[in-house]
Amino acid sequence: MDKHLTSARALKVLSIIIVFCAWEYAGRIPVSPAFPTFLETMQGLWEITIDGSLLRAYPETLKPLILGVAISAVLGITIGVAIGLSFKVEWFASPIFVVMQSAPLAALIPLLVLAYGIGLTSKVMVVCIMAMPVIVLNSANAVRHTPTSIKEMGRSFLGSPMEIIFKIILPSAAPVIFAGLRLGVSAGFIGAILSELLITPTGIGDVITYNQAIAEYAKMYAAIFSIIVLAVVFLDVIEKIELTLFRPDKRVSA
Amino acid sequence: MTSQGNTALKTTQDAPQSDIAVSVRNVSKIYGGAIHALNDMTLDFPRGQLTSLLGPSGCGKTTLLKIIGGLLDQTSGEILVNGKPVDGPGPDRAFVFQDFALMPWATVIRNVAFGLELRGIAKSEREAVAEKYIAAVGLSGFEKQYPHELSGGMRQRVGLARALSVNADVLLLDEPFSAVDEQTRRKFQEDLLALVEHEKKTFIFVTHSIEEAVYVSDQIALLLARPSRVSEIIKPDIDRSISPDALRRDPVYLDTVERIWSSLRSYVE
Repeated sequence: MDKHLTSARALKVLSIIIVFCAWEYAGRIPVSPAFPTFLETMQGLWEITIDGSLLRAYPETLKPLILGVAISAVLGITIGVAIGLSFKVEWFASPIFVVMQSAPLAALIPLLVLAYGIGLTSKVMVVCIMAMPVIVLNSANAVRHTPTSIKEMGRSFLGSPMEIIFKIILPSAAPVIFAGLRLGVSAGFIGAILSELLITPTGIGDVITYNQAIAEYAKMYAAIFSIIVLAVVFLDVIEKIELTLFRPDKRVSA
Repeated sequence: MTSQGNTALKTTQDAPQSDIAVSVRNVSKIYGGAIHALNDMTLDFPRGQLTSLLGPSGCGKTTLLKIIGGLLDQTSGEILVNGKPVDGPGPDRAFVFQDFALMPWATVIRNVAFGLELRGIAKSEREAVAEKYIAAVGLSGFEKQYPHELSGGMRQRVGLARALSVNADVLLLDEPFSAVDEQTRRKFQEDLLALVEHEKKTFIFVTHSIEEAVYVSDQIALLLARPSRVSEIIKPDIDRSISPDALRRDPVYLDTVERIWSSLRSYVE
């Protein structure tokens, strides 16, 4: 019995329940008239689901998000691995991403709009600026810190440079690369919503701003809630992919 | 360049190919232009025997082993394996690493077969070979386990099986038992003797333990530091036919340990 209560799944569910209860309680005090309770929010979620506004909004939001995350993942991991493998590439490329990571995005958005307009391109750029640096820097670090002895092992057993990269360095770096990917994807979600709030209200950003404007706070929070749920599910899928493809050893022990 | 080529030719003719598996000729290694890790070292490793490189830390024994293995480049001098000069890793040498160097994401059988995988041997074939050496090092039944599920001693057995499965003439062991607990270590040393007997390969074995060197070696090269050099070659004249326990009490064994200690003593401090 005890085992069931302290199992991974039970503890996760328990933590979620506590957060929802605290939310419900805070909504009932109430903290602010603009802060709905958990149950009101769920009802709002139900309403925006059946009236079709969520369904119309998501394709709009997912377009720059998925495009931006895909570009960031492919380009980011490639550049990061190159940086990790070669000091020359690091000196050349790494300052760009360090600057990108510390640059205040909100200040850059007007420039992006000026250069690329208010369409999809700007929004994809925002997602990339948010997601790419952390993916690049994590990948670079992971590759740079591959244990020397397994690289020597690869060389001594006559692995070609490509074999050493693909059979030794990448699997060894995979956990940290994927950690970077997860951070990058969460940042990409922030970027996607930010771009919809700051550039032009489309998709979920539109649902949020519209419901805020007409004081339908439950629906506004419901839209925010839905994007968080989506982000969590997305991150979980990435973790599953990682364990299946790269780290069968961790899957066994988990 | 030309003069080096000439010496290569000469030494090839001088050294009869059949007795000497690895020959180190005037090898020096200088790090960063100033630190002399090896200084004009010359040393022969007889075929089919186990030679230990024994010495205090800093005497360059691991550096020498890595140069023989082709993992480090020497600053000058040359290494001959089966009479041919080498500059880089080759199929004639296999390495056993101090920290095992196993891939944590790969099963025991994939780790053992990895040397063959890198040589492009088909999966079924390489796994059959790996299977044989997994059995030889006493790990049958652990093929599908991952390294983190094994003890330190078992992990090094995987490293040993990997080195054996590529069927190299020369096995290079870099303090293979130093990360293994004492009991396992003794068992390991006994198994190693059986392996030398059975496999007919040339073993080059780096250690800092005098007892270990005397126990397992046909020949011990005593290395000293600052400047690094071979101070002495000792051939322990021990009767290997007696039991391992009797061997550890054998007067010849104990005398040899004592003799090495007295020549090292003055350099320790």
